[in-house]
Amino acid sequence: MLRVEEQQPVDFSPALLAKFDEIVKRYPEGKQKSALLPILHEVQAEQGWLSTSAMNRVADYLDIQDIEVYEVASFYTMYFLKPQGKYMLEVCRTGPCCLVGAEKLMNHIEQKLGVKEGEVTPDGLFSWRGVECLAACGYGPVLQIGPEYTFYENLNEQKVDDLIEDLRKK
Amino acid sequence: MARKLLLEHINVPGINTFDVYRQKGGYRAVEKALKMTPDEVVEEVKKSGLRGRGGAGFPTGMKWSFLAKPEGVPRYLVCNADESEPGTFKDRYLMTYIPHALIEGMIVSSFALGAKTSYIYVRGEMMPQIRILERAIAEAKNAGFLGKNILGSGYDLELYVQPGGGAYICGEETALLESLEGKRGNPRIKPPFPAIAGLYGCPTVVNNVESIAATVPIINDGGDEYAKIGIGRSTGTKLISASGNLVKPGVYEIELGLPVEEFIYSDEYCGGIANGKRLKATVAGGSSVPVLPANLTLKLANGDPRLMSYESLSEGGFATGTMMGSGGFIAFDEDQCMVRNTWNFARFYHHESCGQCSPCREGTGWMEKVLHRLEYGHGKMSDIDLLVDVSKKIEGNTICPLGDAAAWPVASAIRHFRDEFEWHVKEPVKCLDANYGLANYANPIAKAEVTTEN
Repeated sequence: MLRVEEQQPVDFSPALLAKFDEIVKRYPEGKQKSALLPILHEVQAEQGWLSTSAMNRVADYLDIQDIEVYEVASFYTMYFLKPQGKYMLEVCRTGPCCLVGAEKLMNHIEQKLGVKEGEVTPDGLFSWRGVECLAACGYGPVLQIGPEYTFYENLNEQKVDDLIEDLRKK
Repeated sequence: MARKLLLEHINVPGINTFDVYRQKGGYRAVEKALKMTPDEVVEEVKKSGLRGRGGAGFPTGMKWSFLAKPEGVPRYLVCNADESEPGTFKDRYLMTYIPHALIEGMIVSSFALGAKTSYIYVRGEMMPQIRILERAIAEAKNAGFLGKNILGSGYDLELYVQPGGGAYICGEETALLESLEGKRGNPRIKPPFPAIAGLYGCPTVVNNVESIAATVPIINDGGDEYAKIGIGRSTGTKLISASGNLVKPGVYEIELGLPVEEFIYSDEYCGGIANGKRLKATVAGGSSVPVLPANLTLKLANGDPRLMSYESLSEGGFATGTMMGSGGFIAFDEDQCMVRNTWNFARFYHHESCGQCSPCREGTGWMEKVLHRLEYGHGKMSDIDLLVDVSKKIEGNTICPLGDAAAWPVASAIRHFRDEFEWHVKEPVKCLDANYGLANYANPIAKAEVTTEN
């Protein structure tokens, strides 16, 4: 849930601001609000989540009201309104993936990481959650990890264990 | 081997790059189209009989001809790459492995519609595909196929990729346009249709990835040639995403009219049901379309073979048929529980309802709750009719088709698998770890019970 009272100072890197400038050029004059979704993705990729201060700065940049950013950020499922683990494992939980074992895999991840869906591991490295169809039904079970949304297909428990170990070593 | 139009060169190494794609005859359609008039291009697409590949199956050429062309107002083409329908993953495949097919189609289609700026709206989770498309656009621009004065024709086109934010509803064209304008994905009330007032209030056409890519072979070979492939009003080839309990799930290009049985069991396609099991049910066109038991999947109610075509899949209406949809073909083996799957789909639609219309916002939640209790052995016999009742009250009472899409899987599962739902009520303990199994769902068609409700 969005909590507007949380305020932390936020700093955008020059590289991030340069990306903003690049993105708004895609739209006609006066339609810069169209850049909102791509810009929020860029902010989240740099900051890990969308704090209220970050969203306010985006609103200033695009010359729109703060609420116009909040309502979008809270509507779409990809935007995190609270900090997550460094690696957010998003497992597809919809029908076709469940036919090939997605539910078992989610139970396994919960046990392996020792945290419930949506929680962060004590070392701050991992979170996990079930998400709806990722459009890779023929290669299930699948999971993705942001901010690049790297895709892992045809998973089983062993592959997930290996993946988690690899990420720990990074 | 059946003819391949979109995936002909899919196995050529490096086909995702401009140079290889070009060597294999890529961008010929752009060269050809730019020598025609835009109206001639539209005419070829009309003649081809191409029907929208995103799910609705509306003739693409006709959709194009509705586009308003007021003086001095920009027109837009927006490609719908928000592929999120459970069971559908063909657009991801196309964009990953042969991105220039989409870029080429975008140029041809934008020219036909007189669009000077076009957008490809890709679901946000497909970040890798967004990078692939951006690279392909840069390559095409370098080669002079995008930008100012393309190939000296005087036609200018800029093409951009827009990421979504993770919302199934944005696959609905007006929700997609709202999202592209930087808003929540709430579908608009129609009319006005996007062809009159779409993106930024300007005339806009929204087409699926596969529809746009299909304009390339249509322009290359001519609309008449394309229309020779397929059967009846289902012309051309179609990408089918096959998933579930199959030996070889994946994306297949079929000529429309292929028998469903051949698609499931032949080695050229899915290779049969995995692990030597038997087929129990299928969803033929993505999770929104009615589910069918095995017997009605393979045969029509009159015993004739069912074909992979818009008409044959919907033969029998909702009583004994289904729909082509987006071509998301999901196969269930005998070990799958239809109640559990229906609950899973209901949860999906509840999660993805935008909340704008109360029948959908509330109804999808109720269906999920009732199905959850049936699945976990707390259901009552009256719940089954309650579900049918709720689904009827959603269907047709919402701004966009998500309401219908949520209602149909539930109504059809109860229509065809009512005995399995009843078993969950009668055996509340057993149903937790046992399965109702194949039952009579694969029996010869004459014995299948055909209801005539609706």
